[in-house]
Amino acid sequence: MSSEQILAAAEEVRSAGPSAPRPGRDPINLPMIRNWVEAIGDKNPIYVDEAAARAAGHDGIVAPPAMAQVWTMQGLNAVRQTDDPLGRMTTILDEAGFTSVVATNCDQVYHRYLKVGEEVTITTTLEDVVGPKKTGLGEGWFFNTRSVWRDAAGEPVAEMLFRILKFMPKTDRPGPSGNGQGASYDDLDPSRMMRPSASQDTQFFWDGVAAHELRIQQREDGTLQHPPVPALWKDKAETTDYVVASGRGTVFSYVVHHAPKVPGRSLPFVVALVELEEGVRMLGELRGVAPADVTIGMPVEAIYLDFPGDDETGGAPWTLYAWQRGAKERS
Amino acid sequence: MTSTLDVVVGTTLPELSVTGDPTFVVSAALATRDFQDVHHDRDLAQQRGSKDIFVNILTDTGLVQRFVTDWAGPTAVIKSIALRLGVPWYAYDTLTLSGTVASVDDGVVTLDVVGKNGLGDHITSKVTLVLDGRTNGAGA
Repeated sequence: MSSEQILAAAEEVRSAGPSAPRPGRDPINLPMIRNWVEAIGDKNPIYVDEAAARAAGHDGIVAPPAMAQVWTMQGLNAVRQTDDPLGRMTTILDEAGFTSVVATNCDQVYHRYLKVGEEVTITTTLEDVVGPKKTGLGEGWFFNTRSVWRDAAGEPVAEMLFRILKFMPKTDRPGPSGNGQGASYDDLDPSRMMRPSASQDTQFFWDGVAAHELRIQQREDGTLQHPPVPALWKDKAETTDYVVASGRGTVFSYVVHHAPKVPGRSLPFVVALVELEEGVRMLGELRGVAPADVTIGMPVEAIYLDFPGDDETGGAPWTLYAWQRGAKERS
Repeated sequence: MTSTLDVVVGTTLPELSVTGDPTFVVSAALATRDFQDVHHDRDLAQQRGSKDIFVNILTDTGLVQRFVTDWAGPTAVIKSIALRLGVPWYAYDTLTLSGTVASVDDGVVTLDVVGKNGLGDHITSKVTLVLDGRTNGAGA
């Protein structure tokens, strides 16, 4: 999708105007206020004590103004309305490859305090869409939504400007192998997959994967070791010795995983124990080969899957290695 | 708390430190009706690339409001809270809020409020309020 197409799609959302008014689930109520002031630690008595609220100039107990958004938050299993501009704009940018998100600003204006028993509705409008911009996180688009909360008479009681950056995470990390282009992974949902967890002893290996190379630990006597073990023969402050494997090997053994479900992965998939040219064996997913076609001794080679930072957390991009059918057999 | 503060530009607010233990992170997320898993499920938060569960934005806005009215007292009426978000606030980190009066204009006080944690500036915000709602129309 080109920048012009993104802007045209954004203009369509913007010109559709505000979403239909959506009521909060419940009237402004004391139980929700109590939960909120207890969690936040707010001791202001006007939110819970009738006399204190009156003494402060209110007609009775009022809700904390910062709860404006809370009244229209949806439940545990919320589904966004189809006319919600934030959801529509998110979809447009996701489809254009700007899959990660980070909120940058939340500005609220309170026209008046709400009283217990009142009911509010929310409407949301798309405002400026600006991009593409180069940012520290990657190339992306900024967009603003404006939400207005109204009382039963239709008068605005609070407003919010919410600014979001949707960006394409930087995945261009060419390693010494020159294999800078990551493999495709349409069958995977990286936001749900388990990320590798590096320890002091395995950090070098995962750094290697991020650089698109397989690093194999070298012991004191020069022999190779995988998985890595604590390098007790070296000072703690030093990095372990390693060699960079060619990435080529053969299937030594394998299993086909049919169940149970694995977060972010499509079933079934093949897990191969590969004997590398360098002599060590390494586990990994064998991709692009039907389970029935896998054979012991099949030549394979390492590939690298570059995943974006996560949509919800803005977490760092990451990389996983896997295997594919080796070049020898393909040619 | 008092409603007769001597407020001039440069006046500083008493600092407020909030310990972001898991009970705080989770109870505040649920009290703000924010059920995103990254605010209550450490396993999922880590799978999504975070170090731990982290405090949600609605809680930040609430804390800034509490910080300001702790100082200004119950007659204060908050008019606006503008937040710019910085580093995340993960469980087990402590947030320290500090504030300074940036301007006093026709009864409207503007405060600069910053919330720092172990990673840096988590909240940078501007708050406007009137100190005594009884003379500035607090109610309906």
